[in-house]
Amino acid sequence: MSVAETPVARREALRDDRLARYERMIEIRQVEIAIRELHAAGRAWGTTHCADGQEAVAVGIAAAARRSDVIAAGHRTHGLGLALGVTPEALLAEILGRVDGAVGGIGGSIHLTDMSVGLYHTFTIIGTQIPQAAGIALANQVLGRDDVAIALFGDGAANIGAFHEGLNLAAVWRLPVVFVCENNQYAEYTRFDAMTPIADVARRGDAYGIPWEIVDGQDADATTDAMERALASARDGGGPVLLEMKTYRFVGHSRSDRATYRPPGEADTWPDPIDVLGRRLRDEGLLDDEAAAAVEARVRDRIAAALAFAEASPEPEPAAILANVHAGGLACA
Amino acid sequence: MTSDGAAVAATSPPGQAGTRLRMNQAIAAAIADEMRADPSVVCFGEDVAQAGGVFKTSTGLLDEFGPLRVRDTPISEMAIVGAAVGAAAAGLRPVVEVMFAEFYGVAFDPIVTQAAKLHYLSAGQLTVPMVSRGSVGAGRGFGATHSQTCETWFLATPGLKVAVASGARSAYGLLRGAIRDESPVVFLEPKALYGEREHVTTGDAAITPLGVAATLRPGADVTLVALGQMVGVALDAAERLAPAIDAEVIDLQTLLPWDRDAVVESVARTGRLVVVEENPHTGGWGTEVAAHVAATLFGRLRAPVHRVTNPDAPVPFARPLEMRFLPSAEYVAEQVTDLLEAGTLPDPWWKEVA
Repeated sequence: MSVAETPVARREALRDDRLARYERMIEIRQVEIAIRELHAAGRAWGTTHCADGQEAVAVGIAAAARRSDVIAAGHRTHGLGLALGVTPEALLAEILGRVDGAVGGIGGSIHLTDMSVGLYHTFTIIGTQIPQAAGIALANQVLGRDDVAIALFGDGAANIGAFHEGLNLAAVWRLPVVFVCENNQYAEYTRFDAMTPIADVARRGDAYGIPWEIVDGQDADATTDAMERALASARDGGGPVLLEMKTYRFVGHSRSDRATYRPPGEADTWPDPIDVLGRRLRDEGLLDDEAAAAVEARVRDRIAAALAFAEASPEPEPAAILANVHAGGLACA
Repeated sequence: MTSDGAAVAATSPPGQAGTRLRMNQAIAAAIADEMRADPSVVCFGEDVAQAGGVFKTSTGLLDEFGPLRVRDTPISEMAIVGAAVGAAAAGLRPVVEVMFAEFYGVAFDPIVTQAAKLHYLSAGQLTVPMVSRGSVGAGRGFGATHSQTCETWFLATPGLKVAVASGARSAYGLLRGAIRDESPVVFLEPKALYGEREHVTTGDAAITPLGVAATLRPGADVTLVALGQMVGVALDAAERLAPAIDAEVIDLQTLLPWDRDAVVESVARTGRLVVVEENPHTGGWGTEVAAHVAATLFGRLRAPVHRVTNPDAPVPFARPLEMRFLPSAEYVAEQVTDLLEAGTLPDPWWKEVA
């Protein structure tokens, strides 16, 4: 991978290439480790939300969806952004608040948009992306586009009103939208099963007449296949689909959370999605020690270069504060 | 077609002058004209399609434009407004109805935290050209929770625009301007005016861009700045004040961003500002106007800036109470007269009854 690689090229690289997905998952993990190191060293401002262990969800969505299948997601953004094609340079520069960031340093760790790869926005008000994805699907339906909208949200979002209103509206209008609940077992600091009286978010699809599926979120092949099925159904006029990808967040909710609330040993019961795909690729003869070492080295070099680029990127000028408040360029009072 | 509103929406030729329309008919005509001009304009909300809107502000739209573009929704304001945000960013120009503006309370996030910030947070990649329309104001016996103006709820929200209709004519032009605007717009309609008729000239020449105030009555002695249904009250008050006091009346039309230049230019001439506002006294938008004018024209005012408002109380139901609660033309005229005669702030009516 070269530094000049575009988001579109990075996105297309995942299509029909499981080795590329494997490498992207490693890249995501290593970028998130680098982000935490930036914070620990006091070189990054604000907070950040990592998703170690959830890489197969992000990569599965990116591998299955078209770039015109616009996705609205939540605040745990790094993995999805990188999977969809946002470059490590643009992500790290954004996190550092630099002009070369994905949105020029105006958004930070939790606000990403890159419409060149269909990343609509990563939203920080839990569940708000769900009705918005229904709206994107409405636009597809009215304008006669055969694209599908995707909403990605956590298990915490399944208990907010926007989830229920959004699914219901999408169902009654039969909108081409795939709702993906990334159930990482914790809503911030609180266990999923303590706050949700049923074992599976997916079953809530029945309440809205929406077909649903429970997916092994640690298996990138399973997430890709499930997304492909769901997207095909929605694209063919089948209306919305609800997927629940069961996964696990190996790290705390945010920068300051050391996740001491986990029962001892719980994390060990969840397989690492990088290992799951790596083992399968080896079993199939597609990966060996030498190739795996080359992947690790490429990712390491790539992230080192991206970090250097991001830290060298200038900070925005004050005029950036007033840019893009209104689409018409309305002046401030 | 179920009412004369439908007939108007379906048949009014562009540029026809002098058509007498009720404000709800003017609103339906504005939406219809924009839907004819632009296939990306869609319209949805509770009882908007089959019923033509509970206030008959979308009569005839379903018949003319069909169920793909004109839709009824569940009672789900979070989804209605949230879907409008996504649809706008993805290529439509949604005009969604929030039946009573209080219902924005359950759809505040998609307006204030999402729609208003998406252009900014996407570094200009996304635009959100949506209009949400809400009925506002007292004077119809709907009680405390269906009679607020809710105008100032949105005021401190960069990225958003807020426009308020003051009658059929302004509703037609402003709503068309709002639908054409690239920013998300909250469009508020005083429900007491839905049935009031005015001469309305339809057609593209009537489109009113947002951000521009209208001076409806020239005057030399005092500037009355009003919005929504207070515009009619201010005009009526000006008639009562004449000829002894010559009042200029400005309809702000757009509250966010409000037309500072028009107001300052007027008060610089008249030397006196009275804001006539249907809001609680505390936190009303008139404070913003008063602060700006007082600061800009410091030393050039002939009287203290004054605000005629509602008291700091919820809207009461009983008819005489509701009528006392709202600023009336008589009350505004009395306040202006007292201000000009004494040169000091008159007490509001509630000082005497508290």
